[in-house]
Amino acid sequence: MKNFPLFFCGIFFTLAFSWAGLVLIGHNQLGSLTTTTERIDGETGGPVKGNPLYPVSSAGMAMQGKQVYMSMGCFNCHTQQVRRQGLGADYERGWGDRQTVARDYIREERVLLGSYRIGPDLRDVGSRLPESEWHHLHLYNPQITSEGSIMPPFGFLYETRKIKEEIPSPKALNLPEEYLAPEGHEVVPTRRAEALVAYLMSLRLDYSLPEAQLTQSSQ
Amino acid sequence: MSEQSLQSTPTSDIDCSIKWPALHFLVWAVIWLLVGSVLSLISYVKLTNPAFLSSWEWLTYGRVHPAAINAMVYGWSCNAAFAVALWIMARLCRAGIRGAGLLLTAGLFWNIAVAVGIGGIIYGDMIAVEFLEMPAYVTPLMVLSYLAISVWGIISFRYRRCEQIYVSQFYILAAFFWFPWLYTVAQIMIVFAPARGVVQSIVSAWYSHNLMWLWIAPIGLAAAYYLIPKVLGRPIYQYKLAVTGFWTLALFSSWAGMRHLAGGPVPAWVISTSIVAGIFVIIPVVIIALNCHVTAFDNFDGVLRNPVLRFVVFGMVSFTLAGLIGSITVLRTVNEVIQFTYFTAGQSQLFSYAFFSMVMFGSIYFLIPRLLGREWPSARLINWHFRACSTGIVIAIAALMMGGLIQGWQMNALDESGAPVFEFLKVVGYTGPWLKIKLAGEILLLAGHLAFAVNFSRLLAGLLISEIADKIPDWIGPTFNKSREVS
Repeated sequence: MKNFPLFFCGIFFTLAFSWAGLVLIGHNQLGSLTTTTERIDGETGGPVKGNPLYPVSSAGMAMQGKQVYMSMGCFNCHTQQVRRQGLGADYERGWGDRQTVARDYIREERVLLGSYRIGPDLRDVGSRLPESEWHHLHLYNPQITSEGSIMPPFGFLYETRKIKEEIPSPKALNLPEEYLAPEGHEVVPTRRAEALVAYLMSLRLDYSLPEAQLTQSSQ
Repeated sequence: MSEQSLQSTPTSDIDCSIKWPALHFLVWAVIWLLVGSVLSLISYVKLTNPAFLSSWEWLTYGRVHPAAINAMVYGWSCNAAFAVALWIMARLCRAGIRGAGLLLTAGLFWNIAVAVGIGGIIYGDMIAVEFLEMPAYVTPLMVLSYLAISVWGIISFRYRRCEQIYVSQFYILAAFFWFPWLYTVAQIMIVFAPARGVVQSIVSAWYSHNLMWLWIAPIGLAAAYYLIPKVLGRPIYQYKLAVTGFWTLALFSSWAGMRHLAGGPVPAWVISTSIVAGIFVIIPVVIIALNCHVTAFDNFDGVLRNPVLRFVVFGMVSFTLAGLIGSITVLRTVNEVIQFTYFTAGQSQLFSYAFFSMVMFGSIYFLIPRLLGREWPSARLINWHFRACSTGIVIAIAALMMGGLIQGWQMNALDESGAPVFEFLKVVGYTGPWLKIKLAGEILLLAGHLAFAVNFSRLLAGLLISEIADKIPDWIGPTFNKSREVS
């Protein structure tokens, strides 16, 4: 290599080439996606007037819960993407009624597709498991609801405290016998646990998009 | 180039000029290696027994696991890479490092940034993106200190006194240029001015793949291309191909990262492009295999007997395997099974540990005696290090790959009515034994690293004592000086 500038151009353009090809073109193609209605207006080709727009953005509590989800590193073991029917068994496992598409994620500041399924996919967990009580028990100790799970218990998101004036808190967990708090004590979720459960329950893939229709609604 | 210019050993002045900065990087590398392997061990104990240490928030699996990976990548791998790459660069250019103090300071700042970043992950400030978990407040320091380190490689090259340019110099120069670009683009498009929706995921896949193939791999390859002919005293077989290997690696692997998004919510052309590029990566992999393996296996006895080459050749065989497995798993039918399973974790360990870390161990064993003019205190510990780490990593990767294949097959298996054959928790249960085997591998790795660290600290202690003894004037410590003369 006698020619250093030529070499430098070479190493510059190889990476620039892949950056432009994958990232920039991807950005151009996906960056302009907007919310839309479940079906497209046949005449205008745009959203149907008066129909709700999807995807919706999450409520404040769920947004806070997403912070907890991220800071606990849940994305290390859980994906949030459903592959199309016929690829893997995402559909058969009931992880989502349709595949997720790029438009599903446009309102998220941080996209958590994930790359490992040490635990199940969570994109539609809010419809699959709609009871907040279940989520609290599961987070407090996964063995209560899912024996044999290797998910770590998140007991530190719950507070074991004395029952005040013999009136248990309405939020107290209904723990099975072997997990009960000591006599006169109760286990209540902290604010972070409530936010996390609100986030999990907000993960729902229960709407169609023009490019990805729910199979059940189309039947 | 070859033999000739490799053989005419650069003066010890060059080694001397880089002695302290390189030693500084290596001290940090060893510290991070130990931190990383302990954290990684904890995370695998947690996978086999979720109740282990579960009452501490900062030790939850979701934090320990990324902390371990960051310690291994930005702590151990980067520090080892800095030391080895700058040293090889200085030697091949036959130009010493002039501002050793500045380089040392830059290295200190890099390690402060890594320490704060890993602390941030443990504390809960993690950014939820693979390989970019370290919080945003360390990013500027990471970038600046990286630039202040890599610039010395470029300065060495600018003031080179060598006639020809060897392929190791290609790899090192390119890697020093690629990493800061990859890192800043990824940080800007993901953290500081997040791109919309899944464009983030495309950037993230582009970054994490290229982090391995355009930063980690080039340094490992540069070291192998330097050490194999140097130690064996014979030229690289078919050296002319090596430059083609370099350019094809740069061209194809930089496009191959999107395979991780297969089936995901990204445009199909993105994935198809990466599949094609991923298959073409086989070209540089075969070229590099031809260059290194034919040279090394020509004198296989020499390789087995040499503590340096044992590590390096083990690493290069792993590189070939990782490349071939990577090109096979990119195919859609295979990818469908292994996607999201432990198999991919095994692949990344095959690359970042069995290839890169092993090559780095070999390089460090070669570099230190030349840098310090001292031999390693214990040949037996080097032996134990190799045995523990090579056995440990083979066990660990085999467990992840076998367990991952079974996991993937069970996840996808459907019965005649189209329902999944195995419940999810059943699939999790079947991975249990494989995770235990993996854990055994991790324990062996830690044992190997301890042997390495003990040997290294004994060497440092010896060095410190002699340095201090040098500084003691005769009238204070005649006994000291006397004992030095004897030794």
